[in-house]
Amino acid sequence: MYGLEGYRIIDFGTAWAGPMSTQLLADMGAEVIKVETQGRLDGLRMGRPIVGDDIAGGDEGKWPNLQPAFHALNRNKLSITVDIKTEEGLALIRDLIKISDVVSDNFSPGVMDRAGLGYDDLVKIKPDIICVSLSGVGQYGPLRDATLYANTIMALSGLSSLIGYKDEPLLGMSAVAYGDANASIHAAFIIQAALYHRKMTGEGQRIDLAEAQMGSSLMGEALMDYFMNGRVAKPQGNRHPYMAPHNNYPCEGEDKWVSIAVKTDEEWQGFCEAIGNPAWCRDRKFADAKSRWENQEELDRRISEWTIGQENNDVMELLQAAGVAAVSCLNTEDQYFDPHFNERQSHIEIEHPLVGVESLYGIPWRLSETPGDIHRPAPSIGEHNDYVFGELLGKAKTEIERLVKAKVIY
Amino acid sequence: MLKKALSGLKIVEYGHFISAPYCAKLMADLGAEVIKIENPAEGGDEARRHGPFPGDVPHPEKSGLFLWLNANKKGIALDITSEAGRGVFHKLLKDADVFVANYPPLRSEELGIDYETLSKVNPQLIVTSISPFGQTGPYRDYKAYELNCQAAGGVSVASGDPDREPIALPMFQTYYQAGAAAAGATMTALLVRDKIGRGQHIDISEVEVPANNLVGQHLTTFIYRGLTGIRKGHQGGYFNYPTCCLPCKDGYICLVAPQVAQWKRFIELMGTPEWSKEPRYRDRREMAESYPDEVDALLIDWFKNYTKEEIFAMCMERHIPFAPVRTVDEVAHDRQLEARRFFVELDHPEAGKLKYPTTGYELSKTPVQLERAAPRLGEHNQEILGGRLGYTAEDIEKLTKK
Repeated sequence: MYGLEGYRIIDFGTAWAGPMSTQLLADMGAEVIKVETQGRLDGLRMGRPIVGDDIAGGDEGKWPNLQPAFHALNRNKLSITVDIKTEEGLALIRDLIKISDVVSDNFSPGVMDRAGLGYDDLVKIKPDIICVSLSGVGQYGPLRDATLYANTIMALSGLSSLIGYKDEPLLGMSAVAYGDANASIHAAFIIQAALYHRKMTGEGQRIDLAEAQMGSSLMGEALMDYFMNGRVAKPQGNRHPYMAPHNNYPCEGEDKWVSIAVKTDEEWQGFCEAIGNPAWCRDRKFADAKSRWENQEELDRRISEWTIGQENNDVMELLQAAGVAAVSCLNTEDQYFDPHFNERQSHIEIEHPLVGVESLYGIPWRLSETPGDIHRPAPSIGEHNDYVFGELLGKAKTEIERLVKAKVIY
Repeated sequence: MLKKALSGLKIVEYGHFISAPYCAKLMADLGAEVIKIENPAEGGDEARRHGPFPGDVPHPEKSGLFLWLNANKKGIALDITSEAGRGVFHKLLKDADVFVANYPPLRSEELGIDYETLSKVNPQLIVTSISPFGQTGPYRDYKAYELNCQAAGGVSVASGDPDREPIALPMFQTYYQAGAAAAGATMTALLVRDKIGRGQHIDISEVEVPANNLVGQHLTTFIYRGLTGIRKGHQGGYFNYPTCCLPCKDGYICLVAPQVAQWKRFIELMGTPEWSKEPRYRDRREMAESYPDEVDALLIDWFKNYTKEEIFAMCMERHIPFAPVRTVDEVAHDRQLEARRFFVELDHPEAGKLKYPTTGYELSKTPVQLERAAPRLGEHNQEILGGRLGYTAEDIEKLTKK
């Protein structure tokens, strides 16, 4: 049994934020039907193909079924192709929505309304429908029409203003598209909360999720400081308000680091013992939490001298045995080969008909009775037209053929 | 009175600091009743000692982090490890839908809040356990704070200069991500509970959530194409120029332009300078890979004449997707957030009237509502223990004293 078995989601999402939110629900067994069209491909269907040497035409969408990020974000979903700009195409989608629970999109505000698929239209044909829209700054407000992507969403949210080393020019960038991923995980929660409300009361509704605002909401600490004290937070690098040592330290190998964070005197004692109680550990400058914090630059130098030349996993094991929070900095490759990540199935293999077995990131929440799984590879474009239009909507084979010919199913 | 999406749901929280309190907050803000248990012997939730504090003077009822994360909740002070305290705790759970906590597996067993124990108290209960490395695996009992979770989660290696130490995303982002994942998983368990006829155990790892959700998409790319998602200072991870953060007259601008037309419109906005006509500055992939700093300098030359708001206005008008890097004070006064009533004022008997950030989503029929300031330590002892569970004043005095 799947946790979300029996729920059907019509997903107009493209790129990342929208598709990841529905991916989380598809992993839990919701039937997510991705609405696509050959006329305008999801940006993630574009690019160089995963396999083969023929890379020409990727940017024009020649290889829509061979894109790695697309495979990850759209596993467990079905794909249909419909030109919703045609009258018959729109009618098909509206018929499908009549037998669905959720409609999801991350278009610019107004696109769904103009297409005749806004909440006000849909509630007339499906009174308890739940419509969820993800956008940069929301469906209304003075900045509504700004074109935004993950990085600029982070910038507007304020989070980027805190990314950098202390007392240095701002970096303001991360290779993690946090603005999108943060929106997705919250969207997956709020969609289910709306489903819960509908289950209890029979009432559907519209959800307007603003991604930049979602980012600002995770700066509560800094915003409260501003409202309380008028203080404007600045980048702190790895510095903590009161913990020291608290940094990433260099280890043996290219770009290998270990994070070490000490909070209590007990942890500090454990740390000193584990590294063999060198004389500097007994220096008055490091005697208590306050002095360690005040002298953290020197402390960082001392610790770096000790970590450099060691394997980060060795440092982790040694210090963890002493009760110290030391953990290697892992990149994707490290995680892929790490025993803990492997035992917990942080990546899951699935057979894809075009590329064979491939690894996808795992399921970030674990339920003991209804754990969910990856039961289906990402769909090829339009792969489920026959199932959706034939089985779900009851269209005859000849009718589907006619619609394909007329480029309605396209 | 406005309807609430989760009204009727009863949640018991034994959370501390951020991840479990944030999970319960997401549900409290939608109308679930959250009873937060704090241990009076420890001085309650450690967020009470984190700050920020008004005037930087520490006070357990005035920590900004605590006040923000625990608004809309009810609070009782109770030592759940004493025999009498455990009795009260179990009585509360018999009537609850969800229990959420963020202690590692071994500590959970010591506290008697592990799933095996709690499922016997109430088989319908959904137990949401958040911990750094999860309930299984070789690192299960490893200690990890936020910095360590970002390190193992693959988040840190994505920020900072390439040849220097990686830096974590600001503040406590893996805790928030874990809290949001926990809330999502809890909703799944609530939606399916009547179909399977029982509660279940939810295992959330503060390392795994960011590893899957924030950087997991790099895995498939790594398998096929090699490592991506590694830090490049003020440059981003895309193949084509620009993806970067550059200074202007009064701050910083964030630049991305996935479509070539967007980049062309920006060149036009600058008045199509001579350099932009040279072949060297036409290949966006080459500019990103081989000499981004050189191109940065050319752009900064133009940017330095304008404020970030001037640049944002010019770009919006021309559909160029650049945006200002807002500082915290600018976020606090942002007109978009103001129009969407993102900040709400609450009055607290000790901390006074303060503005609080709400959340990123609006629901048309069941809006998010911030109604009640965070509970003072043990504020609802009488209401919950006396009124609801029927303990006498004398019992309550014994149960809740330090």
